[in-house]
Amino acid sequence: MSSTQEIQTGLAEILEEVAGVTPADATPEKSFTDDLDVDSLSMVEIATAVEDKFGVAIPDDELGNIKTVGDAISYIEKNQG
Amino acid sequence: MTTLQLPAGAPGARLLGFGSYRPRRRVTNDELAQRMETNDEWIQARVGIAERRWAEPDETLVEMSVAAGGKALAASGLDANDIDLVLLATTSPPKAIPGLAPRIAHQLGVPRPGAFDVNAGCAGWCYALSAAADAIRTGSARNALVIGGERLTDYTNLDDRATAVIFADGAGAAVVGPADEPTIGPVVWGSDGDLHEAIAIPENETGMSMAGQAVYRWATTKLTDTLVEAMRRAGVGPDDIDVFAPHQANLRIIELMAKRLKLPERTVIARDIVRSGNTSSASVPLALAALLESGEAKSGDLALLLGYGAGLTFAGQVVVLP
Repeated sequence: MSSTQEIQTGLAEILEEVAGVTPADATPEKSFTDDLDVDSLSMVEIATAVEDKFGVAIPDDELGNIKTVGDAISYIEKNQG
Repeated sequence: MTTLQLPAGAPGARLLGFGSYRPRRRVTNDELAQRMETNDEWIQARVGIAERRWAEPDETLVEMSVAAGGKALAASGLDANDIDLVLLATTSPPKAIPGLAPRIAHQLGVPRPGAFDVNAGCAGWCYALSAAADAIRTGSARNALVIGGERLTDYTNLDDRATAVIFADGAGAAVVGPADEPTIGPVVWGSDGDLHEAIAIPENETGMSMAGQAVYRWATTKLTDTLVEAMRRAGVGPDDIDVFAPHQANLRIIELMAKRLKLPERTVIARDIVRSGNTSSASVPLALAALLESGEAKSGDLALLLGYGAGLTFAGQVVVLP
């Protein structure tokens, strides 16, 4: 089980790798599309990387509900372990 | 029980020459932006396409396939009389009946060959190439013409910004003949039929739809293994690959695959999608023909091929370029 802080840090690393987002910008209130310029295909890459890193699968229909970094953190927290 | 006789066949098969046909009409992203809510930046960022070719009415699937096939024949040094198998990989025939390979063969002057169409989505040409190589190795055919031809615009809603920016038309072809040494590697093919709805013409509609995220996920997670296995079965590794020519579906998928395979810097990566869009089963031979024409790829180069698409289907193989 990863802590909220660990998830946020891990997610920030993924965002940097996949979409070139500066880790300091990857704060919970940020919207992937509006604030971080992450498009729908990059969201798929993020989902794949989240699965590799945290063992949490995010299917396409769930992916549509994840709008902010905070949404992603909660989803991972809820579904891990 | 009677034992039947089998022909001797050939120790291997090889590619002898490529040919292609690109429709005359060039359609830029700016032109599309005039007819629908889209723009050049969005299209380039999402799929990597700068322009594509759309066939005019006289550029039928048969005419484009005959043109590409004729050029492949000329490049191979063979004559139409030498060909005894003609395969057309296509997903976009104007009618279900008749299949078009016999007519294409006839127009090329190929006398009474085995001829049939292959619909394996965008993997069709790689499927057909494997079928042709196997036919030559087993003695069912001597020389084969393998064409990938598409008029995807006939099955695309040209006002739908999700698909009209992607799909395009064209034809590519190669001649395959016998060889003393195998230079067309074993195919790694398969299908994931549970995802049959991901790329399809929906009920009561005439244009294709594509579940972009689902296909992107499938292509970027499942198909690297196919490529690795195709190299392993052929007895080569990423460092041996001179040319990587996957189906031209999306530039981002192409770049991601190349990165995950850890191909060396020197490997030439086919990016024909930038100027041709997604031409389904024509994309791999179109890309290879372009690389050979420009000199970026040369005779003897080892190329890693991958087709994948509607079905969902996939097929990968390693080949030596003619």
